[in-house]
Amino acid sequence: MTETSHPAVDRSRDISQPLDRLGPDETLKATSDQLRGTIALGLLDEITGSVTPEDNKLMKFHGIYMQDDRDIRDERRRQKLEPAYTFMIRVRMPGGVCSPAQWLKLDELARAYGGDTIRLTTRQTVQFHWVLKENLRPTIQKLHEALLDSIAACGDVPRGVMCSVDPRLSRLHAQVYAAASRTSAHAIPNQRAYHEIWYGEERVATSEPEEPFFGRQYLPRKFKIGFVIPPSNDIDVYTQDLGFIAIAEAGELKGFDVSIGGGMGRTDQAPETYPRLADVVGFIPAEKVLAATDAVMSVQRDYGDRTNRAHARFKYTIDDKGLGWIKAEIERRMGFAFEPARPFSFRSNGDEFGWVEGEDGLWHHTLFIENGRVIDHGEKRLMDGLREIARVHKGAFRLTPNQNLCISDVAPEDRPRIDALLSEYGLVETRSALRLNSIACVALPTCALAMAESERYLPTLIDRIESILDAHGLREEPITIRMSGCPNGCSRPYVAEIGLSGRAPGKYNLYLGGGFHGQRLNKMHLENVGEQKILETLDEIIGRYAAERGADERFGDFAIRAGYVPEVTEGRFFNA
Amino acid sequence: MSASEFPGPGLTPDQWEHIQSLAKAISPEQALWLSGYFAGVRDAERREAGRPALAPNIPVGRPAAAASVDERRLTILFGSETGNSRALAQALSGAAREAGRQPTVVDIADYKTRALRDEQDLLIVVSTYGEGDPPQGAADFFEFLDSRKAPKLPDLRFAVLALGDSTYERYCEAGKRLDRRLEELGATRIQPRVDCDVDYDEPAAAWTADIIAKIAKQSGANGAAATVLADAPHVAGPASPALYDKRNPFPATVLENLVLTGRGSTKETRHVELSLEGSGLIYEPGDALGLMPKNDPQLVEILLAALKLDGSAPVEIKGRASTIAEAFESGFEISAATPRFLEHWAKLSGADQLARLAGEEATAERTAFLRQNHVVDIVRAYPVAGLEAQALVAGLRPLQPRLYSIASSLAAAPEEAHLTVSTVRYDLNGEPRSGVASGHLAARATPDATLPVYVQANPHFRLPTDDRPIIMIGAGTGVAPYRAFLQEREARGAEGRNWLFFGERNFRSDFLYQTEWQGWLKDKLLTRMDVAFSRDRATKVYVQDKLRAQAKEVFAWLEQGGHVYVCGDAAHLAPDVHESLIGVVQDQGGVARDAAEEYVRNLQRDHRYQRDVY
Repeated sequence: MTETSHPAVDRSRDISQPLDRLGPDETLKATSDQLRGTIALGLLDEITGSVTPEDNKLMKFHGIYMQDDRDIRDERRRQKLEPAYTFMIRVRMPGGVCSPAQWLKLDELARAYGGDTIRLTTRQTVQFHWVLKENLRPTIQKLHEALLDSIAACGDVPRGVMCSVDPRLSRLHAQVYAAASRTSAHAIPNQRAYHEIWYGEERVATSEPEEPFFGRQYLPRKFKIGFVIPPSNDIDVYTQDLGFIAIAEAGELKGFDVSIGGGMGRTDQAPETYPRLADVVGFIPAEKVLAATDAVMSVQRDYGDRTNRAHARFKYTIDDKGLGWIKAEIERRMGFAFEPARPFSFRSNGDEFGWVEGEDGLWHHTLFIENGRVIDHGEKRLMDGLREIARVHKGAFRLTPNQNLCISDVAPEDRPRIDALLSEYGLVETRSALRLNSIACVALPTCALAMAESERYLPTLIDRIESILDAHGLREEPITIRMSGCPNGCSRPYVAEIGLSGRAPGKYNLYLGGGFHGQRLNKMHLENVGEQKILETLDEIIGRYAAERGADERFGDFAIRAGYVPEVTEGRFFNA
Repeated sequence: MSASEFPGPGLTPDQWEHIQSLAKAISPEQALWLSGYFAGVRDAERREAGRPALAPNIPVGRPAAAASVDERRLTILFGSETGNSRALAQALSGAAREAGRQPTVVDIADYKTRALRDEQDLLIVVSTYGEGDPPQGAADFFEFLDSRKAPKLPDLRFAVLALGDSTYERYCEAGKRLDRRLEELGATRIQPRVDCDVDYDEPAAAWTADIIAKIAKQSGANGAAATVLADAPHVAGPASPALYDKRNPFPATVLENLVLTGRGSTKETRHVELSLEGSGLIYEPGDALGLMPKNDPQLVEILLAALKLDGSAPVEIKGRASTIAEAFESGFEISAATPRFLEHWAKLSGADQLARLAGEEATAERTAFLRQNHVVDIVRAYPVAGLEAQALVAGLRPLQPRLYSIASSLAAAPEEAHLTVSTVRYDLNGEPRSGVASGHLAARATPDATLPVYVQANPHFRLPTDDRPIIMIGAGTGVAPYRAFLQEREARGAEGRNWLFFGERNFRSDFLYQTEWQGWLKDKLLTRMDVAFSRDRATKVYVQDKLRAQAKEVFAWLEQGGHVYVCGDAAHLAPDVHESLIGVVQDQGGVARDAAEEYVRNLQRDHRYQRDVY
């Protein structure tokens, strides 16, 4: 780190400090031999299906999380068996774009090693769950055959780079997607360890540092980057650490407004932690994206809090140092100043379903996939159906930030064939607008952080809320509802109009007042309540909303006007 | 280790020196006489004092006690798998002493074959194991006897008591072989061999009484000696006779009964904890627990219905009045049928088909038939009108206790015995069937229920001294005694290294006691553990493969005085591991096949390679 330290800035918690003054994870990273640890050795241990806690932390940087089937954890303990350990592998898929051939490989691996299911994530990629330790290498090697990997899909590194799907603006999408893809390739670590451990490549002796940008300690915490194409805010750009908002003129990309400091994660009963929406700091020309990315990430690398992981995200660095100071430091590192931000406007953060025609004359079909769970279920055979579509499809697939799937770039003459397959596999159905605007994280039984159900429960809860909506004639009214099994907020619940975060089995915090297109945080209305209380509350508010709402007034806006919750103007006031 | 290297308990160095110099000065015959002499003196003193004499004073008087012992040498050999033959040999020895003889009781496994030509009266109690095999450890003796090296034995007199299980086709084969071969070698049979089924008590007692009468009469027992030596302690008798034994089992309370195998397993293996509190029962790691099961009440109902019998119909069993329902539940084996039952039912039913199957020539066909047809299937297929309950039970085999290797150590679980039991379940003739004891444990041994149990010593499966390294090889429930071994070694602070090879079907569901081994590995009590799960991958891997894969280390452990244990399946595991061991020695010792075999045989002879297979 060659930067000269700023005399006015507190450096007592950042990378300038020796390891013994920083959190334990910093020592772990620094002494891990650039993320090798003892992972390769642990894979050979036949006595356990697990890896050591240290290796588990390092494996996150490889896109792999150790989990266990929490449904049977206690049962197995009594049986003198270790927990049913499995691993989650999160694929790196910038912008959520994958070819039909890649989808077929994902499908094959899910059937071989992933419990016959694929999960589409809220960050436009796929996750395999239920992968046994001995199947990790085969899975990753076969992903490699399809030119896919899981490098930096988790860990204290820039995560998968997101990009709006927007099928109508085909030309713009192509340009923005290219920028997202380039940024992903540029930003992630070199990670030789990944090639050695998973592909069996030889270690190359070199005197050069393995990670010139990241050093031995990488970033203080995860770092999320996203590219958005207004008027859709499908990627929830305000929740990203670093956002690029595409500014176009006459369909031609000119550059990006840059937003910094978004993030959802918080901790219950810790008011010093809070979700925060990003601030737009200015405009940059399109060719400056990589320079801006390096500058922003390096500021966080050098000034982020490395003593307390709950306070390590970029959003806290910004609030601690001040937005003005951070912006100036970024500009200093970029070597040029931001231009004034250009105007843009968002309409929604949801997806548009069914067929739409792109400006290039190709067609795109967005398929609703409840909570991103691709699985065969009775008549509704998503796994089989998508495999069959992938076998005939000539375009691409785009995974959306709302866990849905877009079958994109279909020539008009190929539409009937896709339609026939959709109906053959039971994939054509009508859903309430609420359900179409819902997101749930994975939670139980695999996620170690989950305190309550999410993906397995939200569909049932929505059934019940739908009855309320029906009673008030609001079935077709889009309202965003998002549920997370814990406060970390993988489903981005704190920008939903109805947000739910798990506290304990069957118990949730209820949040109201989020902005319909992700522009405003919500606010806790009820703490630690069960289903009955949630439904009673929603029944009352939805009833009043139906009766009292203004023209085009959104549910989240109404909740504030009607006084159920105060408006949250800044993350720092989320807990106020 | 020869006897002379072993200082006796409580002896001062001075006393020990005296004894050693005496031992060098006397002939084997004199030594034999002395051992009987001390036994008699010690016993007499103990009875006078009313308590066991632990540190004997060397007495000088009462030389008459052993003066007229018969001059013919009497050796009692036993070949035991589960301890029954050993117990009978000890009873026989006691009776021989009462009749004025001075028998030496020796386990065939420890018998020096060169002593055979000097034997005069030889009584053999031997059990048969598996498909007509002699007990393990006795294999060398059998091989020797069958070989050209076997001496002619014109002066030898002998008698054989054979133990076996008539459900096996080559019933009592080991006894038959010895009986036949000794005659071939020119020896004189004192009385005809008796073959005993699992219900051996009565025929064995009758054979014993007969032979004692013959050898006592022919040897001219001295009344005085018989008096002095009456109730002499058994040479190899148990240290403390238990209040409860096979004939009088202890009702043990079930403390815990849980399924060890996880969801999705292809089998069900249980962990059962039993309380021995108040029983006074003690055991050593490696011992087995005998368990007297009851038949499934549902099967009793089904069988009664098939026979058109009323459950309350009276029957008499060994002089005791009972009902047929009770007899079915707790008196007789009513699942698998024996050849004897087949013969019996052939007579009752008059069915030609059965009569033919029961005949001498139909051996293979009979075996196949009995595998496919249980008692209930036979009585259904060949009904007998107006059947008398008493007539039926005459053909049934008394219900036998089942033996399970104990999976705990008293040092870790005082007054408890833990068992590892695989539930046997299968379909036969379209109906679900289950193992008698494992079915009982799975279905009806809930906590607080009681089960009749006793301890069955297994002296051929013992931990070595604390400093010795051990290699434990087991598959499935064969891992049970190793849990006992490790509990024991942990409690003793034994420093010897421990290496466990474990095999089962699937890692995820069948890794029996996984978290316990993991704990012991972490504590370094378990030095190494290698596992083989045969059904996790396309290519099947078994423990013997893992053993070969670690050949270098395994051989190093052997060379460092390691002991090897094998527990589990007799048909595949034991021979495959045996073959692997020979391979290990061949490769690592750089020797030829026969030298490697010899090496492994020596391990067995030195009790450093012990097996508990079933």
